[in-house]
Amino acid sequence: MKSFMRKAFSIFTAAAITLSLAACGGNSNETEGNSSSTNSDTVKVGILHSMTGTMAMSEMPLVDAVEMAIDEINENGGVLGKQIEYVLEDGASDSAIFAEKATKLLTSDNVATVFGCWTSASRKAVLPVFEGNNGLLWYPVQYEGLESSHNIMYTSCPPNQQAIPAVDYLYENNKGDDGKLQLFLLGSDYVYPRTTNTIIKAIAEEKVIEIVGEEYLPLGHTDMSTVLTKIQQTKPDAIINTINGDSNVAFFKQFKDAGLTANDIPIMSFSCYEEDIKGMGAEYAEGHLFAWNYFQTVDTPESTTFTEKYKALYGEDRVTGDPIQDAYIGVYLWAAACEKAGSFDVDKVIEACESGEIEYMAPEGLVTIDPETHHLYKVARIGKANAEGQIEELWSTDERIKPDPWLTGYSWAAEAGLGQ
Amino acid sequence: MESLRNKISGRNIVAILIFLFLLTAPFYMSSFRTNMISKYMCYALVAIGIDMIWGYTGILSLGHGVYFGLGAYCMAMYLKLESSGTGLPDFMTWSGLTELPLFWEPFKSPVISMILVIAVPTILALVIGYLTFLNRIKGVYFSILSQALAAAMATLLIGMQKYLGGSNGLTNFSTIFGKSVYLPAVKSAMYYITLAFLIGAFVICSILVKKRVGKVLVAIRDGENRTRFMGYNPAVYKVFVYCLSAVLAGIAGALYVPQVGIISPNDVNISPSIEMVIWVAIGGKGTLIGPIIGALVTNFGKSIISENFPELWSYFIGFMFIFVILLLPGGIVSLKDVPRRIINKINLYKEKKMDNEKNKKVLAKRQHN
Repeated sequence: MKSFMRKAFSIFTAAAITLSLAACGGNSNETEGNSSSTNSDTVKVGILHSMTGTMAMSEMPLVDAVEMAIDEINENGGVLGKQIEYVLEDGASDSAIFAEKATKLLTSDNVATVFGCWTSASRKAVLPVFEGNNGLLWYPVQYEGLESSHNIMYTSCPPNQQAIPAVDYLYENNKGDDGKLQLFLLGSDYVYPRTTNTIIKAIAEEKVIEIVGEEYLPLGHTDMSTVLTKIQQTKPDAIINTINGDSNVAFFKQFKDAGLTANDIPIMSFSCYEEDIKGMGAEYAEGHLFAWNYFQTVDTPESTTFTEKYKALYGEDRVTGDPIQDAYIGVYLWAAACEKAGSFDVDKVIEACESGEIEYMAPEGLVTIDPETHHLYKVARIGKANAEGQIEELWSTDERIKPDPWLTGYSWAAEAGLGQ
Repeated sequence: MESLRNKISGRNIVAILIFLFLLTAPFYMSSFRTNMISKYMCYALVAIGIDMIWGYTGILSLGHGVYFGLGAYCMAMYLKLESSGTGLPDFMTWSGLTELPLFWEPFKSPVISMILVIAVPTILALVIGYLTFLNRIKGVYFSILSQALAAAMATLLIGMQKYLGGSNGLTNFSTIFGKSVYLPAVKSAMYYITLAFLIGAFVICSILVKKRVGKVLVAIRDGENRTRFMGYNPAVYKVFVYCLSAVLAGIAGALYVPQVGIISPNDVNISPSIEMVIWVAIGGKGTLIGPIIGALVTNFGKSIISENFPELWSYFIGFMFIFVILLLPGGIVSLKDVPRRIINKINLYKEKKMDNEKNKKVLAKRQHN
């Protein structure tokens, strides 16, 4: 009797598991039947960022910015007369999950476009998904360049709009008495810092720049004593900092605690923005240099409204910054491209983006999509952190720089084997 | 009669039902869901291997991501070369390499690549297993060692950006054996190949645990010294089972890459390795079918819940783990024992009550006397 009960129960359990799995699959079938991203009065888009895991802290403000842009566009009548509806997916700071969720957005939800990704690893993971399923991704973070996909629009900058002008700036302003610039390269151990530093080393070959140290820390690393000793021994004219995430907090704090100041050795940071400064405390960042295309302090009417609105929606203590702005303008650029194409069809929207006429008056100034590379024409800026944790502009390029992700305009790039 | 009854035990019925479901799933599920299940079947394959070494032999390895990663990287290197045609893989060009490194050469041939998928994990497992088990390193010390191996492997891969893609890993594959990976026919072929490996591994391991080898493995788990005194050399058996689980993990990794399209150091590191052990624990260790259920249910649940609650899903998963550990220490497969456990509890309660009443009567009698 007992053995019969056990057997019956095990069969029941198996059947329950099978049915529940089948039910999950059944649901997705229904959504797949709906093969269009639009219905009579809405258009569906996807947002794909990490909401859990190590990248969540960086990526959550970008989700807020995208939602804010979508709400604004909806209030003003939507795109092509349709309201934007969004599907939110969590990439969980994991490349394979990013690829899975991108596939889901494109094949099950049939979204018209996707806004998302932060790390290069996640972008590289979803790139074949977008190319294979002919989707369209708006990528909002500065990165190492050497990429231009037909199916991706890059709303931030490759090195020629950030890293290269920053090195030029240091070369002009910070070189030693002997006319030589000594740089210490410090970054997190992953692709963006390593590739950026490869580029900087190639520039160094060309100019009178000496690289006195190159160090990589694992993501999330907090013990800086070895690195600081090396910095104190080599006494560079400046440090190029490509540390990502919360290690920045540890680095800036321990830098100050070691008795070093921005006057002795300025730190030029490429992936550390207002939000990170807020996290570490303004006194630690004060006086150090930051290279971006947009700072919260940029003085344009668009910038003021953007920051005010962001604070009103998400809290007075919140700050804006370059990646947040780039996530925000992606939505507007997509909307403009759809209006121009007169359609949400991916091929037509990409065609519109490649007309060279898609531009937007962004908080950072006018941005235009470059038809060739899918990047934006942008102004490069260098700023210094003040006592309030804001970055004040010191220098900017006079004109917008043409994006050059493949470094075709630089002879040293070809010599170093970089580029195509 | 007795043997027939053994063959149609509840566990085998569950296994048949699950495999029937997996066989028919592509007919009523979207290609996206089918692809997901295919990925989870790769995980299930790893889980079977871990069950052999942990569930049956009692060795807790927290570093199986390494073997999964080795198989996956071997496959990915082959796919990457095939997709790059005559040129260099893309990441090499942007890292400043101009020539293909020597260790990439064997991966130009699909046959050699497939051999290496099995050979590389086996050789590493053989070396590590030989060094540790022969020196009688066991228990917690082995677990720590295996975990360190995973961390070392991930750090090594991240540092080798020029040669193995660094933290981005290897991705952007377009073809496998000359066919586009996006073709529906290729996708369903991959699905059934994965399923075939899963069923094959399940059957082979089921037979293995019934044979003498399996009995010795269990004996090692329950009393290693006793087994040694009986004339068996536990080290040999341990190295064998370690290699077996490494090969299963390597094959799983090789099947995983073309279907997911990416392998990165993140999938080799400590946390995915621990996750693999969790699947086995959730499903029920030492049962072979339990780990399959564990890998499928945990991962499917994770995906479905995170799609519906992108901001809160990790809490649900956490609660599920706590629930299983507290209330179902034997994993999901021990669900069948729940009615018996309840009946036993009730009986125990009744007995106690009866005892109490008896005692009372005896006491009352005594007082009366």
